[in-house]
Amino acid sequence: MQSDILNKELETEIWTCLEQVTDPELDESIIDMGFVERVKVTQDKKLVEVEFRLPTYWCSPNFAFLMAFDIRLSIAALPWVQAVNVQLNDHCFADKVIEGVNGDRDFSDVFAKYCDGDDLNAVREKFLEKAFIRRQETLLLGLRQCGVSETDIVGMKLETLDATSFQGEEEAKQKPRYRSLLLERGLAAQPTDLAFRTWEGDPLTVAGLREYLGRLRSVRINMEFNGALCRGLQSTRYKEVQLSEDGPSLIDFIQNKVPLRPAEASS
Amino acid sequence: MHVTKDGREIFVLDGHTHFWDGSPENQSNVHGKQFIDCFYAYHTNLSPPEQLWEKSRFEKYSEDDVYRDLFIDGPDDMAIIQSTILRDFYKNGFSSIERSTSMASRHPERFIVNGSFDPRDGEKALEYIHYMKEEFDIQGVKMYTAEWNGASKGWKLNDPAAYKCFELCDKLGIKNIHVHKGPTITPLSKDAFDVNDVDYAATDFQNLNWIVEHCGLPRLDDFCWIATQETNVYAGLAVAMPFIFGRPRYFGEIMAELLYWIGEDKLLFGSDYAIWTPKWLVDAFWEFQIPEDISAERGGVQLTDEIKEKILGLNAARLYNVDVEAKKLQLNQTPVKIAAE
Repeated sequence: MQSDILNKELETEIWTCLEQVTDPELDESIIDMGFVERVKVTQDKKLVEVEFRLPTYWCSPNFAFLMAFDIRLSIAALPWVQAVNVQLNDHCFADKVIEGVNGDRDFSDVFAKYCDGDDLNAVREKFLEKAFIRRQETLLLGLRQCGVSETDIVGMKLETLDATSFQGEEEAKQKPRYRSLLLERGLAAQPTDLAFRTWEGDPLTVAGLREYLGRLRSVRINMEFNGALCRGLQSTRYKEVQLSEDGPSLIDFIQNKVPLRPAEASS
Repeated sequence: MHVTKDGREIFVLDGHTHFWDGSPENQSNVHGKQFIDCFYAYHTNLSPPEQLWEKSRFEKYSEDDVYRDLFIDGPDDMAIIQSTILRDFYKNGFSSIERSTSMASRHPERFIVNGSFDPRDGEKALEYIHYMKEEFDIQGVKMYTAEWNGASKGWKLNDPAAYKCFELCDKLGIKNIHVHKGPTITPLSKDAFDVNDVDYAATDFQNLNWIVEHCGLPRLDDFCWIATQETNVYAGLAVAMPFIFGRPRYFGEIMAELLYWIGEDKLLFGSDYAIWTPKWLVDAFWEFQIPEDISAERGGVQLTDEIKEKILGLNAARLYNVDVEAKKLQLNQTPVKIAAE
């Protein structure tokens, strides 16, 4: 019994850990998207099993690969974990992804086989740029909406951005995500560095701001298309999943599969 | 036709429709099941609730359904039926030119039935193009670059084998190449929805019209850039259209981008029937205006009645040499009827 409770705690730790893994194309957490179906920790072996499923059978396999490897990496980084097994359900490339992610060979080795000798970094880099753009656009539009002048936006220091609190939910969510990517890429380091630069590292200009925002918008339109479709398709697909006879488990609550009681639903 | 509130009759040429058989009896394997299931998920997620179909009807609908949904209940004057073979997934093909032509034979004046081929078949693909021209006098083809063919899980428009096929299309007067960029599987190092091959093909085949379905989504930014450079690249609006219901502001953003970059003469309406039916799409589209703030960001572009008329039918009519006035007269004389149910 006690080990059951401990396992539940460890599973909760895994769920939390997986919140950091994103779908590279959507720049959304795989937990928020509801992709992760099951987490199981086997106490004696400290083996962690994770099952995930994507919105369709046809979702891009390269992203499925990336997510599977990111799941493995993020879990393996936890000190108590000794082994990880990742399963991808109902996907056209599932067997190859499962074989690749659970095998001994490293990431680039597995990919080389399916990439004409190329590696996947170019795709990863491209989608990291798109993630940066989406996060940045949210903040730029948020600042503009607050009445911050274009001059103040292009000249804004990191410390000023840090001190700015956004009312909008999306801005508040994207601010720390934008900031961490900005620092990670070395686009800013000191509090007095510019808060906004292009992905290539150029400062923004007042004269070019409108055109720049246009570019960011078209990237966001694509990501929203995917996001809207994925959420919709995912919600249909998961309807097939039945609650177990033991009643709802943690995952059912996380994925909003537990129906609200009438009183809650109407409030 | 779509009749406006003030009584104007708008010609509707639905640029992207299908007559498929995705039923379990026709499925060869799990891929066939997953393919139609994915279509059904699109249907259930982007349709207004009152427009939802039963799964079994969606898998295999009748000829009467097509005539009713497009021409009697729906506003279409004409429809382009696209072929998608998927022979690795379906025993008799998903939507074959033979089956669609047979369906269309009650009112051939209403349909343009397009063919399809797979360049990876080499010589056989060339023979098949000849066959489709001779047998069905096709004016266009639908290319699905994500189709599986044995070990290959996708192809590109600028593959040498594809170029041989397009040369033949050009020679035979098959002018309209509809391109559907599905998710190609390998190589994994490539972005699966990449649209850059359109750029090469459109540059190298100036005589052909390249109609990119789903307006390149989810690569709208790359697509707009390409379409701006090439005079022979068009955007099909299938799949973008239904967002008009659930996310109208977002639909406005897509339309603003397309109008700004590509222009009103190169956008083609498509319902993607039977994923969606044209009636609610056209009704909503006719009433739609791009929100002011979105329009302002893109030089004030707006969907005027004149532009909507082009998108709903006149642009496609131009590509397929349809004389709209003569066609209206012809259609008036041959009304569509189906037996009472």
